[in-house]
Amino acid sequence: MRALDRKSWRDALRLWTQIAAVALVMASGVMTIVLAVGAYRSLLETRETYYDRYGFAHVFASAMRAPNRLRDDVLAIPGVIAAELRVVENVIVSMPGMAEPASGRAVSIPDFSDPSVNRLYLRSGRMPDPARAGEIALDERFAKAHRLGVGDTFTAIMNGRERGLTVAAIVLSPEYIYALGPGDIMPDDRRFAVFFMPRSALEGLFDMGGAFNDIAIRLLRGASEQDVIDNVDRLLDPYGGAGAHPRIEQLSHAFLDSELSQLYAMARVMPPVFLFVSAFLVNMILSRLVALEREQIGLLKACGYTSLEVALHYARLVIVIVAIGLIVGSVVGDWLGQATTRLYSQYFSFPFLVFRRSGDLFAIAAIVSLASAFAGAFKAIRDAARLAPAVAMQPPAPARYRSLIGGGAARRFRAPPLLVMAFRHFVRRPLRSALTTLGLSMSVALLVTAMASLDEIDEMIDIVFSRTERADATLVFAGAKPPSVLDDARRLPGVLAVEGYRSLLVTLRNGARQKRAAITGRPRGADLSLMLDRNLKPLEAPDHGVALTERLARHLDVGVGDTVEIEVRAGKRRTVDVPVTAINKSFLGLSADMALSEIDRLAGDGPRVTSASLLIDATQAGRLYEKVKKTPSIAAITLQGISLVRFHETIAENITTMTVIYTALAVVIGFGVVYNSMRIQFSERARELASLRVLGFTRLEVAGVLFAEIALIVVLAQPVGWSVGALFAWSVSKGFESDLFTIPFVMHPPTFAYASIVAVASAAATGLIVKRRVDRLDMVRGLKTRE
Amino acid sequence: MPEAVFVARSLTKIYRNADVEVQALRGVDMTLYEGEVSVLLGPSGSGKSTLLNILGGLDSATSGDVRFRDHDLTGASERELTRYRRDHVGFVFQFYNLIPSLTAWENVALVTDIAPDPMTPSQALALVGLAPREKHFPAQLSGGEQQRVAIARAIAKRPDVLLCDEPIGALDSATGRVVLEAIERINAELGTTTAIITHNAPIRAMAHRVFTFHDGRIASQSLNAERKPAREIVW
Ligand SMILES: Nc1ncnc2c1ncn2[C@@H]1O[C@H](COP(=O)(O)OP(=O)(O)O)[C@@H](O)[C@H]1O
Ligand SMILES: [Mg+2]
Repeated sequence: MRALDRKSWRDALRLWTQIAAVALVMASGVMTIVLAVGAYRSLLETRETYYDRYGFAHVFASAMRAPNRLRDDVLAIPGVIAAELRVVENVIVSMPGMAEPASGRAVSIPDFSDPSVNRLYLRSGRMPDPARAGEIALDERFAKAHRLGVGDTFTAIMNGRERGLTVAAIVLSPEYIYALGPGDIMPDDRRFAVFFMPRSALEGLFDMGGAFNDIAIRLLRGASEQDVIDNVDRLLDPYGGAGAHPRIEQLSHAFLDSELSQLYAMARVMPPVFLFVSAFLVNMILSRLVALEREQIGLLKACGYTSLEVALHYARLVIVIVAIGLIVGSVVGDWLGQATTRLYSQYFSFPFLVFRRSGDLFAIAAIVSLASAFAGAFKAIRDAARLAPAVAMQPPAPARYRSLIGGGAARRFRAPPLLVMAFRHFVRRPLRSALTTLGLSMSVALLVTAMASLDEIDEMIDIVFSRTERADATLVFAGAKPPSVLDDARRLPGVLAVEGYRSLLVTLRNGARQKRAAITGRPRGADLSLMLDRNLKPLEAPDHGVALTERLARHLDVGVGDTVEIEVRAGKRRTVDVPVTAINKSFLGLSADMALSEIDRLAGDGPRVTSASLLIDATQAGRLYEKVKKTPSIAAITLQGISLVRFHETIAENITTMTVIYTALAVVIGFGVVYNSMRIQFSERARELASLRVLGFTRLEVAGVLFAEIALIVVLAQPVGWSVGALFAWSVSKGFESDLFTIPFVMHPPTFAYASIVAVASAAATGLIVKRRVDRLDMVRGLKTRE
Repeated sequence: MPEAVFVARSLTKIYRNADVEVQALRGVDMTLYEGEVSVLLGPSGSGKSTLLNILGGLDSATSGDVRFRDHDLTGASERELTRYRRDHVGFVFQFYNLIPSLTAWENVALVTDIAPDPMTPSQALALVGLAPREKHFPAQLSGGEQQRVAIARAIAKRPDVLLCDEPIGALDSATGRVVLEAIERINAELGTTTAIITHNAPIRAMAHRVFTFHDGRIASQSLNAERKPAREIVW
């Protein structure tokens, strides 16, 4: 090994704590790239492979009851390669050992062949035999939640009659990777069963012989989705077609998309933060090293080493940092990426997992971390290379200090001289001080961003469950029913109050802009399901006209006073111009609202309701459930209280994990910045501090000079971190916005407090580590230090 | 008459800093000869180091000519000067300028690694009497020993010229004598052309040729008919 290489290694060993601190920050950056992008790609790839192998449909539509002979017409639409005409029905499932009823969805499959689209993945058992009554293929999630296996049985109310079902197979479907029961806000595996039944059996149960009410269509690559949708709408219109929609509006697909975009958002925000901080730290360490080694650089050049050799010598240190960061970050990121992907694939149900460990990802991580490290190191390395040998031998001119607020000020206010020293040192290099502050503020910003997302979830729960959906339970009827069903509901055991609502699928239009959405008809004086205005205050449905949610209004480009065209699809097809009379706020879905009486007029089929919100007496819940299970007109029951408890259970663990991870990352940044900043300060001022000790100042007072400056930086970093964090949080919540849900942008004071406490605590702990060095300061050697 | 190694004609050097101009050399003419030891005397600030740096290719003159054998140093590029230092010149400085993170042996190896025809670091250290201290780091060596390591490092490449800027400036006289003896021995055994800057006048006695500097010019030049061994010089 050449002597100069040995110097590199010894330098690296000598500076190992500082190098480790930067490498750790860099490793975090690499880790977030590998983890987030890796998991993102794996999931995307898994989903695409699954869709492809199991023929997931591109266009979906439902109707009231359409004749099977339309099949030929559908297949004749240009671009269509396969179409599955199905019977899909919502049912109520009754599980032994679970008091509350579950919702079920029965989907027909061909008697003797695989479906041509949305094929099933057979986990165990064999496909149901049409000759054996009640055989089904059950979705794995519900089976798991209830420990059901092949051969087990349970009952469901199908078309008003109780039926025994036998599990012949456990399956997965690309259509239900994410499964949400009717009326539910979040998935609950225990309470939603998707199952598949031979066509002949299902159509028999629901009197759908020769007819279908749901269609899934697969297209040729490059076919026009919109043309197919228009054609399907035209075909289904006479049969109560509810409007065809593309894959992106399919629930399972859309939720997966939004989950993927969350990973993507993380991959976009996090790595740059870490790379910026590590670039800055590399800059600090290298500049200091080059300043300290001026004479050595001069000597190397006097001996005949070229500028390039000198530059490479210092570059090697940067490469060591990057190499450590890259290896640690890749290994940890890869490991966490696999774990995350596995977790996701459990949460969603994928039959298999395509884990992508793509080489290019590591290459990208390597390139960006090298690039950022060298961006940070560039100036120092260039200075080293450019140093003229003769000049390098002379000590640099003494550092210039200045007095920021006039030399007299310090004297007038009798500022302690040690404090003045700290402050002058701080302002002496304003750029470095500012960058240090910014670097440290990233630690705060990161935590603020992460914790804000928890605030947002809290806020969302609060808004949805205590301000808008205030019912204990919601009954979803099988279709639109006359208001007399509400009287029936009132007579159910334990029911204290009942409100009827009507939901109507429509297409809203303004010129060329259009959107499929459900309009909710709300009874006058509604109290169990409320609408909120922009300030989140309860808002009564307007007497006439329609209220649109902000996102829908923006999409249609209309405001209060404008008119939208509403096309009613259910029942008689008609189009009506309706004035927009209010804009409301909603965080779930794209909805529009009207007075119940108005919606009845719009539909033109007399007073109807599709759901009833209930207040119930909890002590009577058991009896209520028993009754609901036996009531044919009720297609599903949503239980808000149970949903909320389940939701808290699912996210509580995630919240803890997430808080731990982000806190650790924030501590890594805080430690990296504070440690390096103090070590460098200490090295620059060793002589000065030794002199203070010689003059009789105590160790504590001397350390105080260092602490005062870092304390100033820590204090300044807080408001900067809060602001940057708020900005990140805002952009993340904006990035989340989709037709499925909007995230309220809120941040609670404890979020800022927590972020600051972590930052201050990690700075203080780091300070104590450095203080041990100050305590060991050798006065005599300190005075001998040249410079 | 030995061959000329360095020939400088009408050399001037002006340092321009932000606000001041310093004329460090005001027209220097000098010739150094093969195998000779030259001593450069003169008060502090008279331009000795400036001249030595130009001869050694660490710096370039503002005007005038310098030649090293058949190389013209005046118009040489940065790259050519680096090459020149690498292949021909050995430097010794007042503050030793050892790399603190490298041992004595490794400090010498720094040069043997890049020289075309070097001796081994051990040979070089033996020449200055430091064979037993090869594995020591600079901080574990005395000032005189550090300076001898610096000399070993300078001569390990078998340079054509050895340029020493105040090599004993930071040493007491006993230690300084040991260092001068080492330089003397190198000159005698390897025939290396040597220039020594010092402000200790008695040292002129060990030289073949003596120059005195004053205010950026050579004030006088003389040849010693008889040289005194470094061991016998007192200051
Ligand atoms: N890099 C420099 N910049 C400005 N002035 C310099 C520089 N190096 C030397 N000088 C000035 O040039 C003059 C000659 O310096 P130097 O050659 O070092 O003298 P000596 O070695 O004889 O003491 C002095 O006045 C010195 O201040
Ligand atoms: Mg000098």
